[in-house]
Parts: sequence; structure tokens; C-alpha cells
Amino acid sequence: MTDTLTTRSITTEGTNPRSREAKQAERQYRRARGWSPWKSALKHIGLILVGFIMLYPVIWLVVSSLRPTEEIFRNPGLILDSFEVSNYTEGWNTLSEPFGVFLLNSVLIVLGCIVGNLVSCSMAAYAFARLKFSGKRWWFAAMLMTLMLPIHVIIVPQYIMFSQLGFVNTYLPLILPKILATDAFFVFLMVQFIRGIPKELDEAARIDGCGHPRIFGIIILPLMVPALATTAIFTFIWTWNDFFSQLLYLTKPEMYTVPLALRAFMDAQSSTSWGPMFAMSVVSLLPIFLVFLFGQRFLLKGIATTGGK
Amino acid sequence: MSALGELRKLSAGKRPQTAAEKAFTKKDNRRDNKAAYLFLLPWLIGLAVITVGPMLASLALSFTKYNLLQAPTFIGFDNFIRMLSDERLHASLGVTFVYVFVSVPLQLAAALALAALLDRGLRGLAIYRSVYYLPSLLGSSVAIAVLWKQVFGGEGLVNQFIAIFGIEGRSWIADPSTALSTLITLNVWTFGAPMVIFLAGLRQIPVMYQEAAQMDGATKWQRFTKITLPLLTPIIFFNLVLQIIHAFQAFTQAFIVSGGTGGPADSTLFYTLYLYNRGFSNFDMGYASAMAWFLLLIIGVFTAINFWASKYWVNYDD
Repeated sequence: MTDTLTTRSITTEGTNPRSREAKQAERQYRRARGWSPWKSALKHIGLILVGFIMLYPVIWLVVSSLRPTEEIFRNPGLILDSFEVSNYTEGWNTLSEPFGVFLLNSVLIVLGCIVGNLVSCSMAAYAFARLKFSGKRWWFAAMLMTLMLPIHVIIVPQYIMFSQLGFVNTYLPLILPKILATDAFFVFLMVQFIRGIPKELDEAARIDGCGHPRIFGIIILPLMVPALATTAIFTFIWTWNDFFSQLLYLTKPEMYTVPLALRAFMDAQSSTSWGPMFAMSVVSLLPIFLVFLFGQRFLLKGIATTGGK
Repeated sequence: MSALGELRKLSAGKRPQTAAEKAFTKKDNRRDNKAAYLFLLPWLIGLAVITVGPMLASLALSFTKYNLLQAPTFIGFDNFIRMLSDERLHASLGVTFVYVFVSVPLQLAAALALAALLDRGLRGLAIYRSVYYLPSLLGSSVAIAVLWKQVFGGEGLVNQFIAIFGIEGRSWIADPSTALSTLITLNVWTFGAPMVIFLAGLRQIPVMYQEAAQMDGATKWQRFTKITLPLLTPIIFFNLVLQIIHAFQAFTQAFIVSGGTGGPADSTLFYTLYLYNRGFSNFDMGYASAMAWFLLLIIGVFTAINFWASKYWVNYDD
């Protein structure tokens, strides 16, 4: 309980929450600098229009998934005059397994990847941010270089290795790399975060006789919950959307994940099954949307801190 | 500081320490090698087994003929020589270059423009930001690629709309001259992620610069081009490097929209898609490895050019 409290106060300190008064003052100031309500209204109309056009296809996807298939090719509008759930029931059962199996498979992989990334990346990040060791600069540079490495230069031998180990059609080739901290992006994100935690805390713990494992576990980890949350959320979205490596390693239909199932659906479909396919597309996007809704704060901060200068 | 900033600093060499820092490091010179390497253990194993090992193996494989079933046979530079006369490879390079060098500038321009419009203190800022950001999370999914295939198809959403104005569309996806543009549109659609990075950068520019310029009578546009833009160049550079690297590796959308073929008439045959087909459909693993190393070379060259050119247009204040 106290842990969550301290974390919260530390994170909000960093973001400098703007009070109502500050916002008010800013508005008054803007008005004094030649801000006009007409210009502002025009700007808002423009911004809303851009947002509407951007989201239109996605909203239309959701609406169309509730329409009979013939209507998908006739009705570009968003008004729903019948409510067809049959696309969902049909889509759920079109492939050899019910769609729930694919959802569960995806969830299993996502969970494995999240746990792997949280443990291994935070350990590596602690070493890079806090410990002195020989060759640190070189290792750190190597880590940053792997950030920019295209997966294609490693995928062929990696595939050969995993297939010789008999790991094809298991989830190991997808989860193992995460347990071994190969997502350098998250190591970097956590290094950045740990650097922002006051060193005095470690020093105090050290004087009290804590070794590195305990400083890491008792001081650093609870304080880096926001960075861990960001990592978990990004890992969720990227793994959920990942197609390339799942396409390589999973070939048995009962092992398929959501993206592979959608692709199989697409290959198997006749022109009449767009409705069910839209329905399952909506089902596959829903988890990302929910994660976005509840984890937005961490996502935005995550890209802002690693992307900023 | 971004990953690129860190790399730049590392390559520039150590910053001279101040006297106080020297005294501090002297006092605290204990190294924690044992603890450090224990904490780094998973990462080190990953680096060796998942990244560097396979990388070197793929370099070795690029000089062989290997189909997974028989042992690899050494063929020298044959794979690379074959690449010189492989017309599909050249087509895929062309497609990829068009994709990268059209979609990345458009995407970044959209990101920058909208970030600049979302001023500090704008009403509803958080909502706009979320709405523009959402597509970049959805964009790489198979579901959106499925949607795109319908939207730009013969009887798709786009054609239904233009039919209202009496214009008869065609299948944008089945037409080789427009298929790639639909994928470029998709990449531009995901401008939200770089936009959020731009927004964070804009927030770091002190308001007083703008105020001072305004007192001197600078117009809004002058303030943007003379103050905001120069101060934002490190972040533009960061986005440019990352998005170019990212775009060179685009795969899923082309795979789904073209049904894995890169069609029609190879017009969406991304380099990575062709690599996948050679390696994992034809099991031409040696050739695929050679292609992968060529991709690494291309990305490396463009990143190096970017870093070199950055000296002339990126302002670092350190």
C-alpha cells in the first residue's frame, strides 16, 4: 500500500500536473496575444474533421460487423438499421477451432512475453543504470545498436535453431527471446527511468547493509512501477499484433494466434463471409482498444520519454 | 535523451569530468563486476544466442546453398551474384524505396503539422491526442489490413463514397499502379506515434523564446520557422531515423493485402516479403540470408547518411 503511494507521488512530481488556475491563466494569456474565438472555432472544426476522417474506417468496421454482408458493399454510412449478431456467432465458429481458442493462444503468448520482458529487461536496466563494471560503455552501445537491427538478419538461423530443437509449433520461439531481454527498447526505457530515481535511496539502503539484489528488489522495482506498466502495455500491443514471427513458428491450426486465424479466415473466405470476418476483426482489435483506453497514460509517457531528446 | 542521442554521445567519447566528479568517482571506485554480470546474465545470453550468434550464422549461410534438408554447401559469392540479375529482387527494392521515401516524409509532415496545431492549453487537447494516436496502435494489426483490403477494394468504402459524386472507382488494390499507394496511405495513417514524440519535444521549448520573438513583432509563421522548427530538429532527426528503419522492414500489411504474393504484378512486393518467400516458401535459406545482409547494409547506409547529414541541419545545444 505504501509502495503504491510513494510511486504515485514520484510519478506525478515528474509530470507536473497543471492546475485549473494555471490553465485559466494560460487561456487569458493566449487571449491577450490576439487569440480570437472565430479562429479558434475554425481550428477545432479542422481538428475534429481530421480525427473523424482518421477514425471513420474503424468506426465503419464496427458498424458494418453488425450488418448483413451484402450491406457492407453498399452502405458507406454509419447508421445501423438492423442489429445483426449472426456475423459474430458465424465468425466465431468458421475455422476448425472456435475463435476463443485463438484468443486464448494469443493471451498465453502475450502473458509469457510480458513476464519475460518485465523480469529480464528490468535486471539488465538496473545493471546499466546503477552498477559500475568493466566494459559497460561497450555493452551499452551494443544494446543500443540492437535496437536498430532488422529482425531479418537473425531470423533464418534462429528459425533453423528453433526447428532443430523441435520448438516449431510451440510458443517457446516467441517467448524465449523475451525472457532473454532481446527487446532492447524496454531495457533502454527502464534505464532512462532508473536514472531518474534519486541515488540517495540506494546509498541509504547500502549503508543499512543491503546488497544489490535487495536494493533492486526493495528500492528500485517498487519505484519503477510506471516504467514496468509501460513495458507491459507495449509488450501486450506489439505481441498481440505481431504477425511475422507467429507466421513462421506456428503452422498447426490449433496453435494459431488471433492474427494467424484472421489470415486463415481471409484465405478461406468466399465473397459472402466479409461480415463474419469483419466481426472477428473487431473482436481482435477490442483488447488493444481496451488496453489503450486504460493504459494510455503509460503509453504516452513511454514514447515521450524514450523519444524525447 | 533518446537512444540516438546516447549513441551519439558514446561515439563522441567521454565528456571531460569536473573536479568534483573526479573526486567523487575516485572515492567511489568500487566496481560491481560480479553483481553487474549476474544482473546482465539473461540479456548477455540473449545477445549471444538470439542476436549475435544467428547474425553471424546468417552471414555464413549467405555464402551457401541451403534448403533445411541437406547440409549447406559453400558456393562463395554466388548468392550475391544471383542478386545482381534477379529482376524480382530489383522490383522489390524499387517498391520498398518508393514506400520508404514517400510514406515516411508524408507521415512525419502530418505528425509535425498536427503536433504544432495542438498548442499548449488547447481545449480538448488530450482527446485530440488520443484520437490521432489510436491508429498507430491498430495500424500494424492483421485486422486493419483486412479492413484496408475492403476499403480500397472494387466495391469498397472509398468507391462507395466517390460513387455518391458520380465517380466510378476501380479496385485500388487490384490495380498495380495504385496498390502501393494504399499501403503508403496506411503508413501515413499511423502518424500518431511520431506526433506524440513531437508534442513532448514542443513542450520542452521554453515559452519565453516565443514571447521574446512576439515582442519583436514576429508573426506566428515566423515564430514557427525561426524558433520552433530549429529547436525541434533533434527530434525530427530521431523520428526520421527510426521511421526509415521501421519502414524498410514493413511486412504484415503488404502480406495480407496481397495475400502473401506481393501482387498485383509485384507492385506491393516489399523487400521483406520477397525475402520471406525465398526463405520460407522456397526454402532458399542461403539466398534469403544474403538478402537479409543486403537489407542490413541498405539500412546501415541510410542511417549513416542520416547521421552524416544531421551535422548540417540538426541543432544540438550541447
